[in-house]
Amino acid sequence: MKRGLSPLHLAVLAAGFAFLYVPIALVVIYSFNASRLVTVWGGFSTQWYVSLFANEQLLQAASISLRVALASAALSTVLGTCAAFALQRFGRFPARTLFTGLLYAPLVMPEVIIGLALLLLFVGLGIDRGFWTIVIGHTTLGLCFVAVVVQARLAGFDRSLEEAAQDLGASPARTFRAITLPLIAPAMAAGFLLAFTISLDDFVIASFTSGPGSTTLPMRIYSQVRLGLTPEINAISTLLIGIVGLSLLAATVINRLKAPSVR
Amino acid sequence: MSARAPLSGLRRMVLAAPALWLFLFFLAPFALVLKIALSKPAIAQPPYEPTFSLIEGWQALWDKIGTLSFDTFALVIGDDLYLAAYLSSLRLAAIATLLTLLIAFPLSLAMARAPKHWRTALVMLAIAPFWTSFLIRIYAWIMLLKEEGLINKLLLSLGIISTPLSIFATEGAVLIGIVYSYLPFMILPLYNALERQDPSLLEAASDLGATPLTSFWTITVPLARSGIFAGLLLVFIPAVGEFVIPDLLGGSDTLMIGRTLWNEFFDNRDWPTASAVAIFLLVLLIAPLMNYERQQMKEAVR
Repeated sequence: MKRGLSPLHLAVLAAGFAFLYVPIALVVIYSFNASRLVTVWGGFSTQWYVSLFANEQLLQAASISLRVALASAALSTVLGTCAAFALQRFGRFPARTLFTGLLYAPLVMPEVIIGLALLLLFVGLGIDRGFWTIVIGHTTLGLCFVAVVVQARLAGFDRSLEEAAQDLGASPARTFRAITLPLIAPAMAAGFLLAFTISLDDFVIASFTSGPGSTTLPMRIYSQVRLGLTPEINAISTLLIGIVGLSLLAATVINRLKAPSVR
Repeated sequence: MSARAPLSGLRRMVLAAPALWLFLFFLAPFALVLKIALSKPAIAQPPYEPTFSLIEGWQALWDKIGTLSFDTFALVIGDDLYLAAYLSSLRLAAIATLLTLLIAFPLSLAMARAPKHWRTALVMLAIAPFWTSFLIRIYAWIMLLKEEGLINKLLLSLGIISTPLSIFATEGAVLIGIVYSYLPFMILPLYNALERQDPSLLEAASDLGATPLTSFWTITVPLARSGIFAGLLLVFIPAVGEFVIPDLLGGSDTLMIGRTLWNEFFDNRDWPTASAVAIFLLVLLIAPLMNYERQQMKEAVR
C-alpha cells in the first residue's frame, strides 16, 4: 500500500480538525479582546481576567464545581473500578445482563431524563438538595465512564503475572496490591480525570440536583450566556480549557509512562 | 477462572457496591417518574398530589393510590404541541446524525489510513474537544453564528454577502451545534472499525480490476458497518433529548422535546407533565437503547 499520506487525506484531515478546533481557538483569542463587544476586536488586553477574579459569584461557583468534581470523581473511580472487576473477572453472575445494561445506559441516556429522575428521587425521599445531591448525580454518570476505561485495561491484562505471584506464595491481597493495582492504576487515573471533567462540565444534571447556595460554574456560565455575550465568559472558558488541556496531557503522560513496562 | 463458581464474600461486595448505587440512583428513580406522571399538579411543596406516606395509615395510602390516573398521559398525547415537539426532535436528531456521519466518515478514514505513528496523536486530537466544556463549545458557535458574529463579519468584509446571514436562532444552528458537539462520538467507533480493516483486501480488489469507488462501496463501507451503527446510536440517542443546544442556538420556535420537558419542569413547575414527557421520551428511545446495549455487550465479549 501507499506510504505516507495522500494529498486528499491530508486535505480531509486539515478541514476536519479545523472544524473541530477553530471555534475553540476563537473563544480563546477573543478572551484577550479589549472591547466590551465580544466580536469586535479592540486590541489586546487581559482586563477580563482581572474582572473575572473580582467576580465573587463566579469564584464561589467555581469553588463548588471543583469540590463537587473532586468528590464525585473519587467516588466514581472506586465504584467504577469495582464494576469493571465484576464485569471482567466474575464470570456469569446472576443478573449480569441487567448490571451491564445499567452500566451502559447512562452513557447515552439524555441528561434531562437522568436529572429529572434523580430530582424526583431526592424529593420523594425528603432529601434537601445541595452539594451532595449534585455529587450523587455526577457519580452515577462518572462511574459508568470509569468502568468502561478500567474494563478495557483489565481485558488486555496479562494474568500470568498474578498467577506467578500466587505460585510464589503471595496472598490474594498481596497479589492485588503488588501486581494488579499498579497495572490498572493508569486506567484508574484516566477514569478519574474523565469523571472529573464530566462533572466540571455538567450543566443539566446539576441544574436538577442543586439547591440554593450550590450553584455550579456551568450553571453560572449558562445564565450569563443567556443574558448575552461578554468577554468575561471567554476568559473563564479559556481558563477551563487550560485546566482540562493540562489534565488531559497529564492523563496521556501517566498512561504512556506506565504502559510500556506492562506489556 | 471460576466461570460459574458462586461469588465469594469479597467479590459479592465488589459487585454489590456499584450495583446498588446504579439501582438506587438510576433504575429506582424511574418508578418515581412514573408515579408522578400519574399524579396531578398541585400548588404545594412538592407541586403534585397525592404524596404517599404511611403516617396516615394503610387505608389512607390505599385511597390515595386510587387517585392516580392517566390524565396527564392523555393530556400529553392529546396536545399537538407535544406531538410536534417529539416529531421535530426525531427529525432534527436524525438529520444531524446523518450529517455527523457524512463528516466523520472521510475524517475517520483519513485517520485510519494515516501512517501508523501518527494515528494515536490523531485520535487524541479528535476526541480532545469532547473534554472541553460542552457549554463553551456551544458558546463558541453563538459567537460565530450571531447576526453580528464572526462568520457574518468575515463574509461581509470579503464582499461575499451584502446582508448578514441569519443562521443563529434557527434549526440550522441547532443542527450545526449537534454535529459539532457529537462529532467525536461518531469518529471513535468509525475509526476503530476502519483501522481494523486489512489493507490487503483493497489491494486484492484493485488487482481484480475494481475501481477505488467500487472497493469503497463493496469493501470499506460494509466492513465498517458495526462502527457506523454504533456511531449512529451514540449520536442519535442523546441528540433526541438534547436541551442545551436547542435552548442556546435555536430560535423560540425550535421545538425539541428535551426543551419542552425542561420548560414544563422549571418554568411551569408542572412536574406531572414533565414526568409524562420523560416517560414518552424513554419509550421512544427504548428500541435504539436496547440496540446500543446489545452492541456494547458484543464489543465487550470480543
